[in-house]
Amino acid sequence: MKFISALINGVNLGSIYAIIALGYTMVYGIAKMLNFAHGDVIMIGGYITFEFVYALQGNIWVAMLVTVLACTVLGIVVEKIAYKPLRKASPLAVLITAIGVSYFLQNIILVIKGSDTKKYESVINVPNLVLADGELIIKGTTIVTIVTCLVIMVGLTLFINKTKTGRSMLAVSEDKGAAQLMGINVNRTISITFAIGSALAAIASFLYFSAYDSLTPMSGSMPGIKAFIAAVFGGIGSIPGALIGGITLGVIEIFAGTYISTNMSEAIVFLVLILMLNIKPTGILGKKFKEKV
Amino acid sequence: MKKSLRKLFCLGLAVTLVATAFSACGQKEETKAKDKFYIGGTGPLTGGAAIYGNAVKNAAEIAVEEINAAGGINGYQVEFKFVDDEHNAEKAVSGYNILKDWGIQIMMGSVTSGPCTAVADKTNLDSVFQLTPSGSSTDCIVNDNVFQVCFSDPNQGSASAKYIAENGLAEKVAVIYDSSTNYSSGIYETFKKQAEEDKKFEIAYTGSFTTTTNTDFSVQLNAAKDAGATLVFLPIYYSEASTILTQANEMGYEPTFFGCDGLDGILGVENFDTTLAEDVLLLTPFAADATDDKTKAFVAKYKEKCNNEIPNQFAADAYDAMYILKEAIEDAKITPAMTNEQICEKLMGAIVKLSFDGLTGEDMTWVATGEVNKAPKAVVIKDGVYVSYTK
Repeated sequence: MKFISALINGVNLGSIYAIIALGYTMVYGIAKMLNFAHGDVIMIGGYITFEFVYALQGNIWVAMLVTVLACTVLGIVVEKIAYKPLRKASPLAVLITAIGVSYFLQNIILVIKGSDTKKYESVINVPNLVLADGELIIKGTTIVTIVTCLVIMVGLTLFINKTKTGRSMLAVSEDKGAAQLMGINVNRTISITFAIGSALAAIASFLYFSAYDSLTPMSGSMPGIKAFIAAVFGGIGSIPGALIGGITLGVIEIFAGTYISTNMSEAIVFLVLILMLNIKPTGILGKKFKEKV
Repeated sequence: MKKSLRKLFCLGLAVTLVATAFSACGQKEETKAKDKFYIGGTGPLTGGAAIYGNAVKNAAEIAVEEINAAGGINGYQVEFKFVDDEHNAEKAVSGYNILKDWGIQIMMGSVTSGPCTAVADKTNLDSVFQLTPSGSSTDCIVNDNVFQVCFSDPNQGSASAKYIAENGLAEKVAVIYDSSTNYSSGIYETFKKQAEEDKKFEIAYTGSFTTTTNTDFSVQLNAAKDAGATLVFLPIYYSEASTILTQANEMGYEPTFFGCDGLDGILGVENFDTTLAEDVLLLTPFAADATDDKTKAFVAKYKEKCNNEIPNQFAADAYDAMYILKEAIEDAKITPAMTNEQICEKLMGAIVKLSFDGLTGEDMTWVATGEVNKAPKAVVIKDGVYVSYTK
């Protein structure tokens, strides 16, 4: 029973990592940049929902819709202001800008909302599943998280492979210059990628904060980093890789805490990552590109 | 376009330069003759531990108003200034520097352990007497010039273990502590030591977390439940404790939760369902529902000043701290005209001879290391308020 409940907790944590990792992986795969501000968009999503549902006594569905729209707009604005002017700059410059955006967002919220912990009331009202005479409890949020994660994964894969916009994303990811020559609007494609990534961040914020209810301006940074690791683990740029990486990471983290020591769980997660990258530097599902001379 | 930007930049530089010049002037008037006692402190007025800092500030202000209205200390009025440190050691030190520019003579702070330890090194260098209302780590009182009003962490741990054993609260106990703070791990160590010595109850499970893993407690709570613990000891701060209570409730685990002074403030977390904190026990020297005149008068005044908020232990500690300073200053016949070194030396001599009756204990005495001796009490949360615990 201990094993099963640890497994369920691990999969729950992992599927949240996976949804966040999708945002990283999509942006990296298509724009070839690491958007470190992704975790902070999640945090801002949390605050927007918090304000709408509890302070303004709004309807949960309206609040969720507003959050998704606001995060999408935020993602596009950040891309236009901070990343677009650097499209031809070195990857290092873009990386540092992304870290800058991340701190900027955290501090803006710190100034506006202060650093007091807020209790995020779950927006997911699905009853718990009680099995084996109360020995095993599967939380409603866990079920919703896992289902949402799978739906998003399938939806995104279909979108990228079947629609015109999706295929233009694939083209941009393979060769920006050639894609432009073929008549694809590269800037627009990248903007759409950011929009989708940020909308995913909004959805991740519902799931993350419904499961782990404390909301502070720093709430986004740790899951952001973990999800980034999950993306690398699964092979950055690969959508099923994000799912596999996220769930593996979540399960390892919970199992290490349950069976070895709660003190060591973080260390073990990172140790596994180091070993993994030594054995397979591109991650579980990462593609190997041959360097063309 | 570019030229105008450059102009703007130059203008900005010029403004900064002028501002710096003016602020430099401001610092120069240190040598004014003192006809008042300048007592200062730092503590978190914003941020995760803000409840503590605000309680200390408000209560200290009440005490200062009372003292001044009654004619001051040795006939001199008291000036009190409190600076926000956001529960951050660096900010506390820069806050202390602000207080130095203001002319601080006695430090009544800092509120939390980490910042207090950092400031204590500075006050030691400057020979400023320091009395912390609530900095409970033993690191706070390493220097000779620093004294505590609250219990030190090791004392809280052993007092909690004794309290659980004497009142027969549980046979199997689980501990969840924060291994990344001195406060929490300090209490845990002495709790464990005391429990192993007494052998009245068994520590069935010990789990920890750090400041980066303080959102998911499913592992620790599941393990505590599996180990059959009927009491969970939480020597941690209230914001994590509120998360633990929520998650325990979600998984249908209902042990008794027992904490130390760090849990004080749990009822004030924004949007926290306070019914979850029902029956939570806290080891604390102060209960706002006590019926003695001193407590009643203080609670009434605090409520009046702070929109009907009920004072917590930190407020009581700070209120006591001000009166402890008053008595010690009177005993040592100190005047504001003395230098900080003289004041510090005289107070260090006076406080160890003092026997103080305050809100947080009768016959409080101090040893030269800075620790206080007083009897522990426990409170329990009933209907969203703290009441004294009776079996």
